[in-house]
Formats: sequence, structure tokens, C-alpha cells
Amino acid sequence: MISFIAKRLAQSLLVMAIVSAVSFSLFNFVGDPVNNMVGQDATREQRLEIRDKLGLDDPIITQYSRFVGNMLKAEFGLSYRIKRPVDDLIAERLPATLELVFVSAVISLFFGIILGIYTGIKRNSWISRVILSTSLAGVSLPTFVIGIGLIYLFAVHLRWLPSSGRSGVVALGWWKTSLITLEGWRSIILPAITLSLFQLTLILRLVRAEMMEVMRTDFIKFARARGLSERAINFRHALRNTLVPVITIIGLNIGGLVAFSVVTETVFQWPGTGLMFIQAVNFVDVPIMAAYLVFVALLFVIINLIVDILYFVVDPRIRLGG
Amino acid sequence: MHLKQLLTASIIALTVASPALAENVLRWTSQGDALTLDPHSQNESPTIAMNGQIYETLVTRDADLILRPELAESWEAGPDGWTFKLRQGVKFHDGADFTAEDVIFSFGRAMHEASDYKEQIKSITSIEAIDDYTVKMVTDGVNPILPNQLTSLFIMDKGWADANNVSVPMNYAANEETFAVRNANGTGPFTLVSRAPDELTVLARNANWWGEGMFPGNIDRIEYRPIANAATRVAALLSGEVDFVLDPPLQDLKRIEATEGLSVKTVAQIRSIFFGMDQGIDKLRTSNVDGNPFKDVRVREAMNLAIDRDAIKRVVMEGLAFPTSMITSPGVLGNTPENDAPVKTDPERAKALLAEAGYPDGFTVRLDCPNDRYNNDEKICQAAVSMYARIGVTVNLDAIPKSQHFPKIQKRETDFYMLGWGVPTLDSHYVFSYLLDSEGSWNAAGYNNARVNEITDAIAVETDGDKRASMIDEAWTQVKADMPYVPIHHQVLAWGLASTVDIPIAADDAFRPRFAVMK
Repeated sequence: MISFIAKRLAQSLLVMAIVSAVSFSLFNFVGDPVNNMVGQDATREQRLEIRDKLGLDDPIITQYSRFVGNMLKAEFGLSYRIKRPVDDLIAERLPATLELVFVSAVISLFFGIILGIYTGIKRNSWISRVILSTSLAGVSLPTFVIGIGLIYLFAVHLRWLPSSGRSGVVALGWWKTSLITLEGWRSIILPAITLSLFQLTLILRLVRAEMMEVMRTDFIKFARARGLSERAINFRHALRNTLVPVITIIGLNIGGLVAFSVVTETVFQWPGTGLMFIQAVNFVDVPIMAAYLVFVALLFVIINLIVDILYFVVDPRIRLGG
Repeated sequence: MHLKQLLTASIIALTVASPALAENVLRWTSQGDALTLDPHSQNESPTIAMNGQIYETLVTRDADLILRPELAESWEAGPDGWTFKLRQGVKFHDGADFTAEDVIFSFGRAMHEASDYKEQIKSITSIEAIDDYTVKMVTDGVNPILPNQLTSLFIMDKGWADANNVSVPMNYAANEETFAVRNANGTGPFTLVSRAPDELTVLARNANWWGEGMFPGNIDRIEYRPIANAATRVAALLSGEVDFVLDPPLQDLKRIEATEGLSVKTVAQIRSIFFGMDQGIDKLRTSNVDGNPFKDVRVREAMNLAIDRDAIKRVVMEGLAFPTSMITSPGVLGNTPENDAPVKTDPERAKALLAEAGYPDGFTVRLDCPNDRYNNDEKICQAAVSMYARIGVTVNLDAIPKSQHFPKIQKRETDFYMLGWGVPTLDSHYVFSYLLDSEGSWNAAGYNNARVNEITDAIAVETDGDKRASMIDEAWTQVKADMPYVPIHHQVLAWGLASTVDIPIAADDAFRPRFAVMK
């Protein structure tokens, strides 16, 4: 077990090193931050002075080692755009993103599993066909189209919900939540649905496929023969057996939700880390881009590590092989 | 009897209280939030727009862009500088008095190395208080346009800055934010109530403002919510969640106008869009011909004649542009209707000129163009490519983000490029010194005309208005003959408004809440 975890940890470190190298090399292609930092009337000397202060003219290898060194010390420096420490900015924005991801995960799980079971059991009913064909839209439409569509329907036409922003925010210590006020729920509902649709579709189809597979197995036939009620068979026996792969997918997709939130947050002006990242890209705000990419990579690595360890605990075959 | 009295009292209380309930709240949005509330650390329009509601300047401009007194009541030029008479009885939001000491402190702060305004006021060599309400600014030589350069130079309270340890603006080296980034204490018509960057900033009317009652504005509370996505911004206006959108996308204007209860205001912006041709180097970098065709004025004229500016206005800009032959807009001193009139499109003559210049089969060149900076920038360039094809010039378009485009111009690595130029001082000197002077830092066209260089230097110190104006006109006429640039048009600004609010639109795109009226 220890050697297994050590091996996985070493792999994770390798992944982080590659991510840092890739993201660092990206920064050299996104453009020159100095032009965005000074007005059009700045002189050549002023521009050179700022380049010098930021160390943009140092050899690439010096810049890279400085970047990695700061990363290891968890020092991400000052944002070029807002001139505030990057770790403060991320800590400030993270609650908004995590709450959005949490609500989306709950929505996609709840509806994904319920609808998956229904369409798995009542394969041929017309409701199942409608659900399945609508769910195609969930995977094929780009997130921003879904988001804008929801805004125009629910905010502009029906005027039931606010079109954007995060209101009803209450501070609980340093964590600012919008989940304990009605206003807050009204503003989170559209972005959360937008973000959840893709995952919901994925879970729905996965549960349905697993359900159909399990229903064909011998132990379900045996349960039927024992005269158990349909309800007990569907939920106690069949569903339980479908959940193992679903849980795996969910673990991996939490990371995906954080990554996808970039688009959703931009469309809904949701003040989370994704919106901050997009603004940083437009401005070539390298410190924020670096910190965000490292943060997302770290998140994926940690989730994968946990999933691997869970496998190890759950599935004896891996233990034997590894 | 007793009950009746109580009832009367409550009715009176209700009527007295109701004006407070019915306060005028203006909710507005634009793409980008202010980066900081520190008035000297960022010279950037959204930041100036936000700070301009809280802080004030000595000299300001009204919606017609005419210079008006703000914290200075009057000013006059002397032989070695300018003297400003300050407004008396002005108080900062925290109650401190505004005096000459605050002006001297604020200018010193704006001249600090970490300030983004040091370039604008570099002509000031020293500044002294003659008494509590008179300030003298000594300039390096005569500076006839100093007041024009002070319209975004905000005044802070020295006592407040010292007490909160913000006597200098942010600097890049210090790894922490200062108190002034999220707190503000100005003399302006609105005070800061709360601020969550990128979410919501709330301002409230300053009842002790010196200008109370002197301006038509009747806004009690301003709620500003930035919305980065253009479609979402328009949706917020359509759904009635905001009353004012500063920067609706051009393609949505018709839809806003067609919606009941909403309207659109437009005005010609102080920003001109043009192409630059590098006539300064011996061989073009991206061309198939030897030498540099742009050195020949006939080729430059052909490049100008090939562009159908009306077609660009009609097809690309949906009517929202003013075609031109100048690289500076009406409203800037020096723009004249004669020089501003666009040249007539004439591809035949353009072809003949090219043949005369020795390029009967045309030539190829790359056009560098931003795709996220100006209204429809990339589409304008695409239209130009097909117009140049008609006269046999093959233009290869390279449209890239502004962060990569502008360094090309500054490093002079481009043969043919798009640029837009705004003029904060509203004076041609700003255009000449950056774009037409041979030493100009944005003159990537490599334009070099001895007389224009001479005039650029002369108008920096000439105080006789008529003499100065005629020199400026002479220089523009010279530029028109030399055609170092291909002017396309002046941009148009558009605002989306609910019909319950009336805000004067101005060519500098600034929101002036003291003139905003809610019906």
C-alpha cells in the first residue's frame, strides 16, 4: 500500500512539473503585459523600466527557475492588473466557484441518477425517448449558448430570475456564501444549471447503461424469482451495483466542473476564479494565470490520487497486481 | 382626540419619510471594473470613470468637452507657469478642509515614480502655495495646454493619505495592497459606500458637496455592477436590472432601440482608426518586391484611394462611423472640415498611380491588425484586404489579440498596421508628438517631415492662440499631402439607456453623474 501511494505521489509530482513547464512556455506566447500596464503615452524608457522590474528580459532559464522557485514557496506575487497579491485574490474568489461547483454537482447527480434509472427501466416509454433526445442537447450545445439562452428566457422574457451576478452574499468569517439567502439562490440557479447540464447528461447516460446491464444479470433474475417487489429490485439491488462507476466519474468530474466554470462564470458574471482567469488572459496577467493553472492542475492531481487510493481499498484485484 | 392626533402624526411622519424611500437609484454596468480606487496608480478609463465620481480635479470638462472649473475656480498663464485660484469652503468626505496643501501633496504623489500620471504633468518643475487658496505651478518653458493635461489628475487629502500610509501610489515591488486601493476620500459628489471588485460598488450622494444644487443631477445612489460578457450586459438592460449600459455591442443597438422603455444615444468618439505604412525603412519585411513601395507618395495615395470608406461604414460598422481623411477627430483642436472630408474612392486612379510608381502588377504586404481592441477591428481589415485586391495589392491579413499586436508597432516590426488614437488633451500636439514627429514613440510609419517636426516643437510653447492654430493647420495640410497614414474613420460611441434616465453622452465616453437625471 505504501509503495503504491509513493509511486502515485511521484507520478503526481511529475504531472505538476510538466504542467508548470507547459504553462510557463504558454506565457511567452500570450503577448506583452507591459503594453496593458501603461497608458499609450508612456515613453520607451518607462516601458523598458517596467520590463526590467518584472524581469521580462532575463534569460528564459532564469525566468523559469524563478517561476518554479516561487511556486514551491507558494508565492505567486502581485497581479499585474489589480496590483494585489494573487493568493489573496484566489482565496477571495474561491468560495464563489466552489459553491457554484457544489450546487451544479448536486443538480447533475440528483437529476442524472433519477432520470438514468427511469430511462434504464422504462426503456421504451415515450418519456424516456424525450429525455434521451433532449439530453443530447446537453452534450452538444456549447455552454455559453445554453447560458445565454437561459438568460434570455428566464431573465429577459419571464423576468423570474436575475440575469447575472452573485447577490445575497453573507460573510461567514472569511467565507462569503450566497447559499443561505433567497436572493443568493435566485442568482445561483441559472449558472448552476448551465454548468451542470453536461455532467447531468453524462451521469444520466452512464446510469442508464449500467442499469440496463445490471438488469440482465443473473442475480436480478434470481431476485425476481424470489418474488421481491419491483421497487426493491430496482433500488436496493440494481441501483447499488450501478453506482460504483458513477462515483468514479463524479470524482473525476468535480475537477472538470471547476475547469468548465471558466465559461459559465464569464457568461453570468459570477465572481469566481474562472472569471478572474479570463480577465487575466485578456490582460496577460501572468501571475494570476500561473497561479490558476497550477491550482487547477493540483486539484486534478489530488482528486486522481484520492480516486486511485479508493480503488486500491475497494478493488482487491489492483492490490494483487500493484 | 388622542387617536386622531396619533393618526395625524403618523401621516406626517409617512409623508416626510416617503421622499427618502423614493430615492433615485441609478444602476449601471460596463465591461470592466476599476482596477483600483487609488487615483494615481492607473491611467485607465474605467478606473478614471469610477474615481471621477468620488475624487475631483482642479479643471474638468463638461459633456461638450469644454474646460470648466472644478476644484480650481480660475486659472491664468504667466511667463513661467500657471496660477490656480482654488475653490473655498470645499470639504473632503471625512470632513477635512480642502486647501493648497492638498493640491501640492496630490501633484507630488502623481509625480512619484510609481504613478501612472507622471508623464502627463512632466512639464511641471515646481509647485508652490502662494496662500491657502492659490497655487502656482512653474513649468519647464511655457506650456500653453497645462490645464488640458489636468482633467484626470485627482486631488487627495494630505492628512488622510498620511494617516493611512498611502502617501505614494502602489508600486510593483511591494507585495501587498495599500489602504487606498479599496478606500477613498475625495471631495466629489458621491461617497463610497461599499466595494466588491468585479461584483458591486455602491456610491451615495454627498450631501455636503460644494456643487449641491448647481447641477441638474438628482441621483441619490449609484450601483455599479461590471458585466464582462457583452450579451449578458445587454440582457441586464433588456430585463430592467440596470438603467444604463456604457458599452453595448454595436450589433445589439437596433434591438435595444426596438425595445420599449429603452433608448440608444450615439456621439462621434475622440478616437480615429487608421492604417500606418512604414515609409522609413529601405526594404519592407513582408513584401515580394525589393525596396519599399511606401516610400513613394504615389503608392501611399493609391493605398488611400483604394479604400471605400462609405462601404466600410455601411457594411462593417452598421452606419456607426464617420469616414475621414484625418487621424484625429472633430473636437480636437486642429481638426478642420476641409481636412476631415474623406478622399473619394477611385480604384482606377489608384491603379494608374501604382503603375506610374513602377508597380503595374502591384505588390504583396502583410497587414497587422488587432482583433479585440477597436469596434469591428478585424472586419475592417478584412474589408480592406478585398479593396486592395481590386488595385492589385495583395494584402495578407494577420489579426491577433492586442497584447501581441501593439508590441509589434512599438518595436517597429510591422510594415502595415492598424492603429486607433484617442486624444485626452483634445489638442493636436498630442497627435503630432506621438504619431507624426520623427521621434514620436508611436510613429511606426517612420514619417519624417522637417516642417512638421518643427511645428511639433513650436506649438508646445506657443501661447498666442491664433498663431498656434495656424501652425497646426499648416502641419495638418502638409500631412494631408504626404499621406503617411490611411485614415479610415472616427469611431462612434453608443450608450444604452432606460428611458427613465437622462445622461448626457460625451465624446470622451465619460459618465458624468452630476448631470444624470432620473424621471
